[in-house]
Amino acid sequence: MARTFDVRRQTGFTTIAAICFALLYLPIMTLVVYAFNAGTSIAIWEGFSLRWFEAAWNNNQVIEASWRSVRIASVAAVLATIAATMAALATTRTKPYRGLAGKYAFINMPLMVPEIVVAVALLIFFSRIKIATGYTGLGYLIAAHTAFCIPFAYLPIRARLESMDQSLETAAADLYANGWRTFRRITLPLLWPGILAGLMLAFVISLDDVVITEFVKSGGQDTLPTYMLGQLRRVVTPEMNAISTVFLLLSIGIVTLFFFMSRRK
Amino acid sequence: MPDQPGSTAIDIVRVSKVFGAGADQVAALDAVSVAIRENEFFTLLGPSGCGKTTLLRLIAGFDFPTEGHILLHGADIGTLPPNKRPVNTVFQNYALFPHMTVAENIGFGLEMLNKPKAEITARVSQMLKLVRMEALAGRRTSQISGGQQQRVALARALAPQPKVLLLDEPLSALDYKLRKEMQIELKRLQNETGITFIFVTHDQEEALTMSDRIAVMSAGRILQIGSPRDIYDHPAERFVADFIGETNFLAGAVESLDGSRARVRLKSGAVLEAAVPEGFAPNGEATIVVRPEHARLAEGEGAALAGTVETIVYFGTDTHVHVRLDDGGAFTVRRQNSRGGEDVPAEGARVAIAIPGAAAQVLRD
Ligand SMILES: Nc1ncnc2c1ncn2[C@@H]1O[C@H](COP(=O)(O)OP(=O)(O)OP(=O)(O)O)[C@@H](O)[C@H]1O
Ligand SMILES: [Mg+2]
Repeated sequence: MARTFDVRRQTGFTTIAAICFALLYLPIMTLVVYAFNAGTSIAIWEGFSLRWFEAAWNNNQVIEASWRSVRIASVAAVLATIAATMAALATTRTKPYRGLAGKYAFINMPLMVPEIVVAVALLIFFSRIKIATGYTGLGYLIAAHTAFCIPFAYLPIRARLESMDQSLETAAADLYANGWRTFRRITLPLLWPGILAGLMLAFVISLDDVVITEFVKSGGQDTLPTYMLGQLRRVVTPEMNAISTVFLLLSIGIVTLFFFMSRRK
Repeated sequence: MPDQPGSTAIDIVRVSKVFGAGADQVAALDAVSVAIRENEFFTLLGPSGCGKTTLLRLIAGFDFPTEGHILLHGADIGTLPPNKRPVNTVFQNYALFPHMTVAENIGFGLEMLNKPKAEITARVSQMLKLVRMEALAGRRTSQISGGQQQRVALARALAPQPKVLLLDEPLSALDYKLRKEMQIELKRLQNETGITFIFVTHDQEEALTMSDRIAVMSAGRILQIGSPRDIYDHPAERFVADFIGETNFLAGAVESLDGSRARVRLKSGAVLEAAVPEGFAPNGEATIVVRPEHARLAEGEGAALAGTVETIVYFGTDTHVHVRLDDGGAFTVRRQNSRGGEDVPAEGARVAIAIPGAAAQVLRD
């Protein structure tokens, strides 16, 4: 975005940029480097080793929490993307009316309400349901994650719908396609890149969540981030670095994958 | 065939379309009535914003009239959705489906009509042949040129064999040479398919060369409907005369009226014979129009007008002689150029202008 005018010629630009990048990437680099530490400290280098990756791989709790994270994120991302797609269609394929802007705000509310407030509200709300129904499964986490992922999935889908040439849909209707077939044959195929972007974004956001998960989860429902948080309160070994490194690679992998999928038109 | 009226394909009956509400209401169409015949190349001609697209969209079903009826072969289709009307559109920006091949685009309408596979395949290849695009059937529509996209858009709209084909300025995105080619192509397609074409343009030359009949529109109303020759030779209103071709306006008065002919006295005192439009009611003053190529420079007496040559402009095929009339008005005479033809008068020379009997036309307003 900042390419419209040349800020590179401003005095101090290079220095400020260097500091920002250093602040951003030095900690991450340190984290990754110490994942390969042979010793037990996350601050004193004692040689190269893969022992902490091995330790993490053999740690049942880590594997379990990771698996749980992936399951929650997958289901929540899919549900959120479906809801977001329908919301995006409803808000772009309609004549503008009074209150449409309000509806945008309503859909994007989770982006604006402080996460901690949502977390506490869900904690109280779900505990009532738990008492009433006795159900204590992953459903609560999935529902919570779906809810806060919707706006993240909604934004790229809506952007795609708005930039799409609407005369294509008109042309389909002109060529005897009813509403559903127009959607299936024209809108949906052209919307795919947006939907994929929404799905990926929702998946990554869900995978990453700590605050709401921490409040909503029942005993034994740690996701990877909440497990790591728990561990950090006790003893810190480079195992955390190793897990984080894998997590980082996974995220980069997903984003790269999406990048190439969306570029292929 | 313009001179033997066929049965009516599309009947527009007092259709009005109002956009918006309250203070910023826009009457895009104001009680428009027109009957478009079967098998006709019918053109809606008018300046930007006169309601051409609006009328086309109402016929296609993309929008609905505020008042009035739209009949297709006598049945009211005014309230049907677009997918229920046997009418197809060629869009100005073509609106080809970018994720489909040329052949898939052309077959789309038939597929939506649930035609059998074999029929679709046969019809698509027939269409490809008709628009001479066989070689590019498997291409994505983003990988073909503008003129080729235009052909695909045509083939796609023609494939389901609609009763009426609507074309909204389909040639405006093409360069001059390609546009000329496509004009001929369009006429050929219309002849070969026998489908009624309703064609929108604001290019008067395009309208004159292609149409069986033209409706000239202005500000949401149809001012005149007729064959290109009718519209050009016998404009009924000032707007029509002015919008199509170049013309000379003369002030005068109707002396006597006899059916479709009148004797008019010009301000210069000359009396001449002129055609009058249908429903003309004389009220003293009248405006008479004469096309520049219908008037002649003449010698001496018997001429209707006299004046001084102001400027002479050479156009290659013809020469325009701009004359300042003795009564102060301006008049242009256009002369075909020919090898060793008559001499053109010099600038500043005194000339007389003769107006042959069939050349003058009285306007309604
Ligand atoms: N959806 C709309 N809402 C409000 N006003 C509209 C709408 N569509 C058209 N109009 C108005 O109706 C009038 C006719 O528009 P229309 O598009 O039919 O003109 P046109 O003859 O096709 O012009 P052009 O040659 O520029 O395409 C214009 O004044 C236009 O501003
Ligand atoms: Mg238009």
